[in-house]
Amino acid sequence: MSGTLAVTQPLRRRSRLRPARIGVYAFLLTAAAFFLLPLYIMLVTSVKSMDEIRLGNIFAFPIQITLEPWVTAWTAACTGVACEGIRGGFWNSVLIVIPSTILPILLGALNGYALSFWKPRGANVLFAILMMGAFIPVQVMMYPLVRILATLGLFSSLSGIVLVHIIFSMPVMTLLFRNYYLSIPQELFKAARIDGGGFVRIFLQLMLPMSTPIIIVAAIMQVTGVWNDYILGLVFAGRENLPMTVQLNNVINTTTGTRLYNVNMAATILTSLVPLAIYFLSGRWFVRGIAAGAVKG
Amino acid sequence: MTIKPKQLLRQFVSWAALLPLASTVLVAYLGTVLWSLKISFTNSRTFPSDQYVGWAQYQRLFDNDRWLLSLQNLALYGVLFIAACMVLGFLLAVFIDQKVMAEGALRTVFLYPYAMSFVATGLVWQWMLNPGNGIQQAVRQMGYADFSFDWIIDQDMVIYTIVIATVWQASGLVMALMLAGLRGIDEEIWKAARIDGIPTWRVYVSIILPMLGPTVATVFVLLFTAVVKVFDSVVSMTQGGPGTASEVPAKFIMEHLFGRANIALASAGSIVLLLTVLLLVLPFMLVRSRSARVQAGKS
Amino acid sequence: MSSVSIQKLCVRFGANEVIKDLDLDVQQSEFLVLLGPSGCGKSTLLHSIAGLIDVNDGRIDIGGQDMTWADPTDRNIGMVFQSYALYPTMTVERNMSFGLRIKGTPKAEIERRVQRAAHMLHLEPLLQRKPAQLSGGQRQRVAIGRALVREAGVFLFDEPLSNLDAKLRAELRRELKLLHKNLHSTMIYVTHDQVEAMTLATRIVVMYAGRIQQIGVPSEVYERPENLFVAGFLGSPAMNFLHGHLKPDADSVRFESHGLSLDVRAYALRAQAGADREVVLGIRPENLQIHADGQFEATVSLIEPMGNHHVVWLEFDGKLLSSVVSGALSFCVDDTVRFSLDADRISLFDRATEQRL
Repeated sequence: MSGTLAVTQPLRRRSRLRPARIGVYAFLLTAAAFFLLPLYIMLVTSVKSMDEIRLGNIFAFPIQITLEPWVTAWTAACTGVACEGIRGGFWNSVLIVIPSTILPILLGALNGYALSFWKPRGANVLFAILMMGAFIPVQVMMYPLVRILATLGLFSSLSGIVLVHIIFSMPVMTLLFRNYYLSIPQELFKAARIDGGGFVRIFLQLMLPMSTPIIIVAAIMQVTGVWNDYILGLVFAGRENLPMTVQLNNVINTTTGTRLYNVNMAATILTSLVPLAIYFLSGRWFVRGIAAGAVKG
Repeated sequence: MTIKPKQLLRQFVSWAALLPLASTVLVAYLGTVLWSLKISFTNSRTFPSDQYVGWAQYQRLFDNDRWLLSLQNLALYGVLFIAACMVLGFLLAVFIDQKVMAEGALRTVFLYPYAMSFVATGLVWQWMLNPGNGIQQAVRQMGYADFSFDWIIDQDMVIYTIVIATVWQASGLVMALMLAGLRGIDEEIWKAARIDGIPTWRVYVSIILPMLGPTVATVFVLLFTAVVKVFDSVVSMTQGGPGTASEVPAKFIMEHLFGRANIALASAGSIVLLLTVLLLVLPFMLVRSRSARVQAGKS
Repeated sequence: MSSVSIQKLCVRFGANEVIKDLDLDVQQSEFLVLLGPSGCGKSTLLHSIAGLIDVNDGRIDIGGQDMTWADPTDRNIGMVFQSYALYPTMTVERNMSFGLRIKGTPKAEIERRVQRAAHMLHLEPLLQRKPAQLSGGQRQRVAIGRALVREAGVFLFDEPLSNLDAKLRAELRRELKLLHKNLHSTMIYVTHDQVEAMTLATRIVVMYAGRIQQIGVPSEVYERPENLFVAGFLGSPAMNFLHGHLKPDADSVRFESHGLSLDVRAYALRAQAGADREVVLGIRPENLQIHADGQFEATVSLIEPMGNHHVVWLEFDGKLLSSVVSGALSFCVDDTVRFSLDADRISLFDRATEQRL
């Protein structure tokens, strides 16, 4: 039945700060603290001296801020045999990431374009297998890929690691572009065909220029994914081309002698700078990438 | 009907364009899987051999204590990781959806860990959970002399530390996906529920969550795949230790592929991993494509 | 059955004042239609009555009780939405009974109400189906059913037929009218479709820019519009407007415009004619007759056949005037014809204030 409100005066407006609302904020702020704590500790540790770290409290704000650990991490940390710092790894990662972003995007766009507009016979079967391929654990493919690359003379080389990244990112890239192109009206494509456009021309002059949003999303996903990769770089890059993540792990987990925690944290931050920067700068685009990549099929 | 030469050329061009796709799928995906499968039935050690030994490698695998331990760890880790991520991610999404202030800032805070590599995550948490200098020490210094948080060197507890670190990293992703799902729900359903007098928590449980079925399923599959692949975090955080307490299948396989030079055993292990994944993903994809066809047929 | 009384309602979204100082009395058992173009505030008004939007100022009484700050569920209302808003994962039966179950209504009572609503809306064979298995018209009936089981005093409808095709819309319109006849409940209905308003309403409230332009029974609003907006909004094709002067004479009043002079002494002016003023004369297409003895001359510009009648567009003095002609036509495009204006059926508006004279 209806609420029995036998009031003669108007009720007061609902208070903004109901207990439920306070609970919501309490939960969110506690969660935020949990998520921010490691970042805080990373930063704070990286600017403390080792003495302070040994005697002090991991949560404590530094008494004296020093940038020495950062310099050491960049120029002098031991990444295995050499002690040249992690900057070598930084440039290796850059050299790996650039082609490993451009080429998969081009191929993904090409594949997506062909699959969504031209639909050659049997292509859907290939696509279905490719989608399944995204779930295959990398270890299943690892040894055969090593042998294939060795045969091609590309094992332990920059070209080799780039090729491997192309292979492993093809499913997601193709999916992204295919779904994007499916959302473009077929009429546009048909009009271009009527105007006399062929496969290549429509791709280069019509579809690719229209693909800016998805290219941005794909670039963000790919740069982040390749930069953060560990296992592929470990196996396929070769000692001269080891990416920053591999060198980081070497710095921290394979050192003999005293462990320099501040240098370790500085190195960790340096390794995470690029993807974090992309994340903070790209905002909504990053989330769009996640959502698009998660919608499989 | 004769096919005009121009039409033939067009077909050819679109097929040629898909050559990279075709070769990748056939060689890099199908080919490698079949090759690994073949190797797992041989007695290859450092190099592939052609001597077939039937199921012997699989038998050896399941006689291997370390492999069994890694499977156990994976199961325990998987259950905890998936449950914690789903619950935390869902709660974060629900609470953020309550029209809170600084929503953008909060979302940024919850999702930034996902931008970091697994290696970095493992290293940071390794440092934080360091008994001598990390959280345990800090809390003791604050006066609680008996406080103990040395899970990372405790054989029975170390797997939980990996759960904590990876949940920290991945919950933001679950939150982002669930939030997208929540935002896709018709505003008018909320209005109807308000008029029906349904309390907010009940709306989430009885109406919204069932509607989010597809989103939840997608998230589950993504998390499950991540669990099976877990490697980087373990290597960076605990190196599989203390001892072999936090060994996981991916690490076991990698070690036998390279260090211990037993590619047949390693291949057998990787095929087992593959089957585990396929067992879940195949039905999921089938259901997905069938419901997509039903939806398409309706419109 | 209850009535709704709104006093001095103000609703603001940020800096934007959507509803300004609105007063409205809804009688018991009436079917009140809020009619207006997009953005006029009709939906906001309905949502305020429902309690889904907080008001900034004013008072809302439902059934004699102050409900300005009451929760939607305590206001004794039922509501039907444009997108039906059915709970997709529940059956029809569950959709209708969910709210009652939450409230703890006894099972027998729930059963009775659901059966009654299902019977009224012909939903019995569909009770175990899910919304995805229903057609648009069926879904809308379920939405109405969900509102009905609440056995509320007032039913609110937010453009419920907009998502349906024309044929279904006509069908459901008739069903709604029958429903009102059988239930005698108070119903407040929002729409931008004037046909729905005319056919369903006991009274129409025409709204524009957050204010009520006119309240009245359909015939009143149609035949004697209060201002230019209402005059132009109702009627299809729209009312013809002619700009001119009202010249009071010794013994009569004349409307004079370029090319046209009409004796309008029969028109019931509200105030004394006074001096010469600029006015707008409005005449509906059905009151503009084309016949051989017509007073004025024009050229036929366009003919739109509508089945049982034609809409004929005449070019007169540089403007296009429309006329509705039933039956066969005795002329074609580009012909010169003569027409008359039915002086009993005109509307006069002050050019500056746009109000009815």
